[in-house]
Amino acid sequence: MSSAMNSEWGKWEVVIGLEIHAQLATRSKIFSGASTAYGAEPNTQTSVVDIALPGVLPVLNKEAVHMAVKFGMAIDAEVADRSVFARKNYFYPDLPKGYQISQFDLPIVGLGSIDIELENGDKKTIGVTRAHLEEDAGKSLHEDYAGMTGIDLNRAGTPLLEIVSEPDMRSAKEAVAYMKKIHTLVQYIGICDGNMQEGSFRCDANVSVRPAGQEEYGTRAELKNINSFRFVERAINIEVERQIDLIEDGGEVVQETRLYDSVKNETRSMRSKEEANDYRYFPDPDLLPVMITEEYRQQVRAELPELPEQKQQRYIDELSLSAYDAGVITASLALSSYFDTVAEKTGDAKLSANWITGELSARLNREEIEIDKAPVDAEAFAQLLSRISDNTISGKIAKDVLDAMWEGEGSADDVIESKGLKQITDTGAIEAFVDEVIANNPSQFEELKGGKDKMMGFFVGQVMKMSKGKANPAQVNELIRSKMK
Amino acid sequence: MSIDVDEVKKIARLACLNIDETDMPSYATNLSNILDLVAQMNAVDTTGVTPMSHPFDAVQRLREDEVTDFDRREDFQAIAPMTEDGLYLVPKVLD
Amino acid sequence: MSMYHTKTVTELSAMLQAGEVSSVELTRYFLDRIKNSDDKLNSFITVCEEQALAQARESDEKLKAGNAPALTGVPVAHKDIFCTDGVKTSCGSKMLDNFISPYDATVITNMRKAGVVMLGKTNMDEFAMGSSNETSYYGAVKNPWNLKAVPGGSSGGSASAVAARLAPASTGTDTGGSIRQPAAFCGITGLKPTYGRVSRFGMIAFASSLDQAGPMGQSASDCALLLNAMAGFDEKDSTSIEKSVPDYSADLDEPLAGLKIGLPKEYFDHKEGGMNADVEATVKTALEQYKSMGAELIEIELPNSNLSVPVYYVVAPAECSANLSRFDGVRYGYRCEDPKDLNDLYTRSRGEGFGAEVQRRIMVGAYALSSGYYDAYYLKAQQLRHLISDDFKKAYEKVDVIMAPVTPETAFNIGEKTDDPISMYLSDIFTIAVNLAGIPAMSIPVGFVEGMPVGMQIMGNYFEEAKLLNVAHQYQQQTDWHKQMPEEFK
Repeated sequence: MSSAMNSEWGKWEVVIGLEIHAQLATRSKIFSGASTAYGAEPNTQTSVVDIALPGVLPVLNKEAVHMAVKFGMAIDAEVADRSVFARKNYFYPDLPKGYQISQFDLPIVGLGSIDIELENGDKKTIGVTRAHLEEDAGKSLHEDYAGMTGIDLNRAGTPLLEIVSEPDMRSAKEAVAYMKKIHTLVQYIGICDGNMQEGSFRCDANVSVRPAGQEEYGTRAELKNINSFRFVERAINIEVERQIDLIEDGGEVVQETRLYDSVKNETRSMRSKEEANDYRYFPDPDLLPVMITEEYRQQVRAELPELPEQKQQRYIDELSLSAYDAGVITASLALSSYFDTVAEKTGDAKLSANWITGELSARLNREEIEIDKAPVDAEAFAQLLSRISDNTISGKIAKDVLDAMWEGEGSADDVIESKGLKQITDTGAIEAFVDEVIANNPSQFEELKGGKDKMMGFFVGQVMKMSKGKANPAQVNELIRSKMK
Repeated sequence: MSIDVDEVKKIARLACLNIDETDMPSYATNLSNILDLVAQMNAVDTTGVTPMSHPFDAVQRLREDEVTDFDRREDFQAIAPMTEDGLYLVPKVLD
Repeated sequence: MSMYHTKTVTELSAMLQAGEVSSVELTRYFLDRIKNSDDKLNSFITVCEEQALAQARESDEKLKAGNAPALTGVPVAHKDIFCTDGVKTSCGSKMLDNFISPYDATVITNMRKAGVVMLGKTNMDEFAMGSSNETSYYGAVKNPWNLKAVPGGSSGGSASAVAARLAPASTGTDTGGSIRQPAAFCGITGLKPTYGRVSRFGMIAFASSLDQAGPMGQSASDCALLLNAMAGFDEKDSTSIEKSVPDYSADLDEPLAGLKIGLPKEYFDHKEGGMNADVEATVKTALEQYKSMGAELIEIELPNSNLSVPVYYVVAPAECSANLSRFDGVRYGYRCEDPKDLNDLYTRSRGEGFGAEVQRRIMVGAYALSSGYYDAYYLKAQQLRHLISDDFKKAYEKVDVIMAPVTPETAFNIGEKTDDPISMYLSDIFTIAVNLAGIPAMSIPVGFVEGMPVGMQIMGNYFEEAKLLNVAHQYQQQTDWHKQMPEEFK
């Protein structure tokens, strides 16, 4: 434990590579015409191909290829002229054919890279070794069916892009930053919905440790199927700790697959008697090589949407956002779309950015929800900000209004109306408050007049209190100053 | 090329085949003989020869991304050995 | 009593179209023949009496309405390797003894569209792995020419049924000779088309890069009619070739003058493969016949063909080892009783559901693909496959067709080779190279040795099925070997 308490793992260096599985957002499966929609009744989205009836054959989905090429272009990778599907052989009940159709020595996307931002603001380039197309497996449901396991093959045959990184990451935080970067990218280019709860975006982590300065890698363990950013960080850290403790106690790390148990916060060996898996890969004779032409590559490159980094730059250059705000907003496609709508409706990008990275993000984080689940949509949020701009309410009142909107009490205007929060701009009414406060605090008023500027805050505060926050602070200020003359 | 009983066991495990202990020696003999036959391949030097996995230099055809297959669970599970609530049942899977 | 069984498909089709016989009558006639004689042969696994009669009635209506396709109402038997909706599809295995397919193979759909009536499903070697039809879970099929002899395999039931005229024609599949060798052993005509010409969708896979379905009939002209219906591009099969299907009957009557026939010396000089001298002499007599018809005989070389058996016994088992992994007792097919755990379910369902030959091949394949052996076996075999294929390409620069024996000997006796897989494998020595290259080839009857039929092989260049059928048909215009029927089934 001693070394683990050290934030940088003492004399140990951590080496991490990630294998990310992104479900491609096609309508139909990679090799059959069954739907890929999530959440259907078990086994109702399976065709003869998906349940591997005798005699059936796979035919490749055009859109799956398109999406893989899109990804390749987005990370400036080599997209192969010729790629080949191979059979990966193993028996498991959620794998109906007894082999998974994947790609082995000739993947569709070759070497590419992506930049991540470190905590200190520096950039680091993470290599992407390859990305290949393959089919997803079904699901084993371990609820008790009279002591048996139930198999649902709806997911079997859903297209996956497996994105394999180089072992370039040196901490769990870097791994998370990389994973988030890929997560954002696949959503920007529209190839994956990124839904981690539904398993659309999952990750295996290869983790090893070595004494700092040593060139060769330590023996790695593969952590399987981690489905949230938080768990990735925790799983890696707990595994690093395990490996270091093991080595420091004179033991040796074994190359194996381990499962992260988020409840116990531990990793454990998955298949104890697993004979070093011999997958017997060979080219699938039912499928022919996939050929990609330069023309097609250029066509796909041309149709790429604005990528996160380009968008961030545009926000800085054209909307004068701070680099920080622009970075936070563009890190999520959904959030940046939200921002785009709000900024357009309010006509005030700065104000929109401040409120989205501030009040809105704080509420999302507090409730651990994504922007698409926010109870206040972009239009409603824009209306709220417009009420600040047109002086209907103050920024302070706006926070209360947002709280009410968040609780489902209606639109900004509804809340302002029903709670009577509209700012008082009637000079006569405010003047009455000011006069009353001055009358009640004559000595303080003398001090103010005598040049004790701090007293101004006191008077404004008293007036605001009396008006229940509805007086326009600027107006109050002005009136008090006029009384001082 | 000779294959012994231990190797037969290993291959049978890989191929998920339950083979009677008493049949092992005959499998070992037959597999050895087949591998001897296959060893004739070594007579020819194939350095630099492109492997051929298909009779033609054809290219994979691509299917439009359309949903063309709909629910036939009832038909499919009518021929299944064991199902419940629309699921195929197998002995408990332990990770 | 009409002797419909003495008629070819070509003749029956004409009679149906002319209204001289109805499909129902014809179908009943053959169903009766099967009922009366198949216990001697065991050539059918399933007879589809009800469905066949229903299809026949439908066909009769279409015939009456006019403009019905040529094969409308013609009863045909299908190898039990083709999935047939609502009908048991066993592939000759205990594994699929309870399997009622919920869909039709494309071949079945195409034949149905062409109006063909399905009499039933024919017996075969288990999962098409065998050369004698003795590996079938449903027992050995007998050769109608000698009930002690094998009919060949794996399409043994299809060959036996046509030879005994229990069906006017049948479908088969050929991975290493499984149409041609039984056709030769039973004295019928069989065609293995170019790989990709006939859809593999719904045809239970043995070795995916070699499997190809084709017709088995009494004559080349019958095979042409059947191939017209079977062949065609299928978008459900990625290896199906997008190439239009010619009318295979159109060129049957082309004269053969000037035809260049290549004779591979490796197929005639064969001293080690147990080549029977009388069989070779019979084939040579047929070649003389071709010469007299104006063809030119040219000696050629296929130097790597002697490696085709070893190459095949890597490629086919490797592919089958994966193809047969889906049979796991989970979604359909045989499931062992009371599995104690998942591994027990797998290993016992597969161990009990598959026969010995199938298990042998799965194991050879798993071994050849396993870590450390891939390059030495699978990759090497794929490289040699290239050389074998190139041999043919070179040969077709010089000749139009290649002729050779189909088998080194006539049909052997049941039980003769069951204990020695290798000698069984070598009986396919002349047929395998064709599958490795993917070219089309036929077997036609060219005589008898000691009362047993002898077949001759005609191999063609890619997509030259029409040429093969023309060459075979012309021979059959001059000879009547293809019209011979076994005494017991006349």
